[in-house]
Amino acid sequence: MFNSASTFTAVATVLSIATGAVASELPAGIEAIGRPATDNELSAWDIDVRPDFLGLPPGSGDVWQGEAVWLEKCAACHGDFGDSNEVFAPIVLGNITEEDIETGRVAALQDPAVARTTLMKVATLSTLWDYIYRAMPWNAPKSLTPDEVYALLAYILNLGYIVDEDLVLSDDNIDEVQARMPNRNGMRQDHGLWSLRGEPDVNGDTCEADCDVDLTVTSSLPDYAMNAHGNLAEQVRSVSPYAGLWTAPEEATQVAAAPVAAPPETLLGQSGCTGCHQMAGQLVGPGFDAIRARYAGAENATYLEQKIVNGGAGVWGGIPMPAMPSVDAETLQTIVAWLTATQDQAGEES
Amino acid sequence: MAGEQREPGQLRLAPESFLAPDLVNDIHRNGVDDSRRKLLRGAFAAASAALVAPSLRAADDPDIVSVPEWSRSLGKPVAANPYGLPSPYESNIVRRQSPGLTQTDQASVAFTPLQNLFGMITPSGLHFERHHQGWVDIDPRRHRLMINGLVETPLVFTMEDLLRLPSVSRIHFLECGANTALEWGNVAVPTVQYSHGMLSASEFTGVPVSLLLERAGYDRKRARYLLAEGADGSSMTRTINLENALDDAMVAYGQNGEMLRPENGYPLRLVVPGVQGVSWVKWLRRLEVGDQPWAAKDEASHYVDLMPDGTHRQYTSIQEAKSVITAPSGGQKLLKQGYYCITGLAWSGRGSVSKVEVSIDGGRNWLVARLEGPVLPKALTRFNFDWTWGGEEALLQSRVTDTSGYTQPTRAQLVAVRGTRSIYHNNAIQTWCVGADGEVHNVQFG
Repeated sequence: MFNSASTFTAVATVLSIATGAVASELPAGIEAIGRPATDNELSAWDIDVRPDFLGLPPGSGDVWQGEAVWLEKCAACHGDFGDSNEVFAPIVLGNITEEDIETGRVAALQDPAVARTTLMKVATLSTLWDYIYRAMPWNAPKSLTPDEVYALLAYILNLGYIVDEDLVLSDDNIDEVQARMPNRNGMRQDHGLWSLRGEPDVNGDTCEADCDVDLTVTSSLPDYAMNAHGNLAEQVRSVSPYAGLWTAPEEATQVAAAPVAAPPETLLGQSGCTGCHQMAGQLVGPGFDAIRARYAGAENATYLEQKIVNGGAGVWGGIPMPAMPSVDAETLQTIVAWLTATQDQAGEES
Repeated sequence: MAGEQREPGQLRLAPESFLAPDLVNDIHRNGVDDSRRKLLRGAFAAASAALVAPSLRAADDPDIVSVPEWSRSLGKPVAANPYGLPSPYESNIVRRQSPGLTQTDQASVAFTPLQNLFGMITPSGLHFERHHQGWVDIDPRRHRLMINGLVETPLVFTMEDLLRLPSVSRIHFLECGANTALEWGNVAVPTVQYSHGMLSASEFTGVPVSLLLERAGYDRKRARYLLAEGADGSSMTRTINLENALDDAMVAYGQNGEMLRPENGYPLRLVVPGVQGVSWVKWLRRLEVGDQPWAAKDEASHYVDLMPDGTHRQYTSIQEAKSVITAPSGGQKLLKQGYYCITGLAWSGRGSVSKVEVSIDGGRNWLVARLEGPVLPKALTRFNFDWTWGGEEALLQSRVTDTSGYTQPTRAQLVAVRGTRSIYHNNAIQTWCVGADGEVHNVQFG
């Protein structure tokens, strides 16, 4: 397997000398493998939008329509005004000036004290349109219509004071709005990490002996932070020339397990639950602690199973629980058994 | 502890069920000295005496004298685990998250435990994970690869089609552009797993992208870039330079002799050797040929490198030469003086490793390390270095030079040009400080 380079080179050589009638240079018969894509297939998958707006579907939406969609589908993670730092980095949080919009360079990016937001960084409006359309909302990607995406983008741009509140964003005027993007001139590609022939911007020393180095230690991990990554002693093999440092609390091995059933954490993660729920406290949805408190008791199992599979709204506030039909029956039962376990049962299980 | 020569066998540092918790904790924290060794030996002897042991003398190893139970019993049948699993004693050698790094587990990272690995290949189950919107289980019978854009004929391939085409197998490293990102401004994490663990290497098997582009009849005059797109919810996209694509990129289905793991893109991912991991699009469903880059989310909002003048470098892709000592490394403790084999990994996105040097005095003096073959382009290269520790403080570093003539820089050299806020592409020389007490800590110099 280590000598496979020659095989690769042979294939590459055959290909690189190919000119004109391409298929004839490939090994015989390969032209019959794979088939032409249909128009419908291409339009179903070729959804990308380029900075020159190649690929942008027609449509339009205004700031107020955008606000309505935002509050329903986006605000839970990003905050009502796109400024939340709870789940993702803020999309908009000020620090964009009228002068930035004039010059196309966000001056605050030079200030280390200013947190960077999406609108401060992104140079190309197409990036936002493309990403929202293909990947948002978080738990239901590709469910937005083009008009909803135009509207959401109008709302976000208005939050950043880049456009007025009466804007109707459409494929007709999007290039005019692009000309107001505050960091549109802030990207550069004249660096050595893009092309195979790029020149490095930094190169190390090759001094081998008695080199002039400053050995003043300027940074190390403070003692109080050593246990932030768990007990390092457990992260090294049991047979090793080196022990792992013991960074667990003193009483770690003495504490008896708390009388609660172990949560099926792997299943909760794999099933997508932890995208919106955490063990304790509200995230996008309610914490598992609150759900378990409300639905303790086997009589609630059927209700919860149905709720997980079909989704629903109105129990814990305005954010609807999305349907999770892909959770298989066994996983569903395990999760629901844990959610509905009473404290007595939990004690027996542990 | 120096001078202890009469030890009958390696004393186990792991907790044993018959050891008092206090003693286990004490040894974990402080290592084994003579008094603790006596306590240990007493505990072993007492436990062994309860079995069938003959009389035990001080120099005897109870694991030899009392023949272990696995030597005195019938073993398990074949296919007890139809898909083999690591020993239960290895259950702590796992990918781990860095607590607090991300708010959701779907847009997060699980780091490879580099401190525990050997050689140049990462076991597939320990390959680091980085997802942007969770990972998915794809039915390979329903997966398709589409090739469109500036081509004569847009094409669709099934997995069966791809598996019929001529394949190549190549060993390559895969490093996230954000590997070591937390260490730009100051030390932030304790161990090499968290500082360098967004790094793995596998043998990948698949079809050269060049072959697929020829098959589709790509437009040689206008084609400059490829867009790669995933089939997961995020349908993540990245622009690939056509020169990279034609050079050695492949559409891979195989990883270390089996199919890709779901977390690594089953059933199909892009492999772009030498380029940062985000461009190796997982669950690959489409390649589009174009004449301009796409400025996708992960090349316009993220994976852009902020410079001190407030501009961002866009499309930073190539992973420059980098090396790190994986053992001894941060969060570990040397238990005794004497010989150690310092070991680590070196790699370059611009070619092969030509030399690795190791310093034990913080970079004042450098000596050449042994490269363990094979040394392959854009792959991990294992290096080893003989060292005798006499109980003094030491500052361990490694420095790689690649076949392009590039030498790995210090953090200070990188920061002088790029500042501390560029997040990505931190390939600085790493320093591990060994204290007189044997504890190894992550440190940085001015």
